[in-house]
Amino acid sequence: MIGIEHYIVVSAILFVLGVLGIFLNRKNIIVILMAIELILLAVNINMVAFSAFLNDLTGQIFAMFILAVAASEAAIGLAILVIYFRGRGTIAVDDVNRMKG
Amino acid sequence: MIQTIAFYLFAVLVIASAVMVIMSRNPVHSVLWLILAFFNAAGLMVLVGAEFIAMLLVIVYVGAVAVLFLFVVMMLDIDFAELRAGFIKNFPLGIAIALILLAELVLGIGAYRAGAIALGTPDGMAAPIVGVSNTEALGALLYSDYIFLFEATGLVLLVAMIGAIVLTHRKSAGDHRGQQDIAKQNRRNPNEATVMKRPTVGEGVEL
Repeated sequence: MIGIEHYIVVSAILFVLGVLGIFLNRKNIIVILMAIELILLAVNINMVAFSAFLNDLTGQIFAMFILAVAASEAAIGLAILVIYFRGRGTIAVDDVNRMKG
Repeated sequence: MIQTIAFYLFAVLVIASAVMVIMSRNPVHSVLWLILAFFNAAGLMVLVGAEFIAMLLVIVYVGAVAVLFLFVVMMLDIDFAELRAGFIKNFPLGIAIALILLAELVLGIGAYRAGAIALGTPDGMAAPIVGVSNTEALGALLYSDYIFLFEATGLVLLVAMIGAIVLTHRKSAGDHRGQQDIAKQNRRNPNEATVMKRPTVGEGVEL
């Protein structure tokens, strides 16, 4: 049987790759959203691995909730992206400073 | 033995496809690599005995989220070459931060493995589930202990759905379908809203 450390290492590497993806594709918000999905996937793997190795199903329940939140986040993020593209004709996020916040 | 081989296969593939998601030039390829990553993560979860979450991952992520990404990437006419301009510039900083983060996480895992901190251990409450399938046990727990959280999740999804529709609903000029004009409704009177007709037999009515 594979130990839990292996699963945690895989999930840690996935998480770090997601963070790296946000840094590397600073302009392309579609890839940023995909990197966020990778991060949430890493969290899910962690949850499920701990749940399985500790014989506690709560982790899998919460993995389902994370899944639902990830799906709604993707839907809202892409909707915002679509209306932003309609108004500007580009999705370069590093010049989103119209509101001067 | 087979389990070990399968684990390393899925683990290597999920990490390789995650690398390709963030590195590939074309976002369409990124989405396709993301789908491969989701499939392999589902394989990892099957290996650990969480079949329901694995199938949910395939259905929700691959079937809904990844297809949503594909739709948006292909629908918008974007110059992707321009968007990669800062890629090289951000590379050293990104790699540095990623390495620091990874080192910290691995250090944490090492500390956990060394037994320095006692994380949760299986106790009497959480005996191994025998006799029922993963899906059955999950359903029994979800619809009893976590029923309110489950309903709240449904609310989150509803709000997300309404939000996405409200955000992307396009109102073209002159077309007021779907919009209520209350002043116009209040201005209406019977004289202009209805007409009286006395049709003769055998002839049509002109309205």
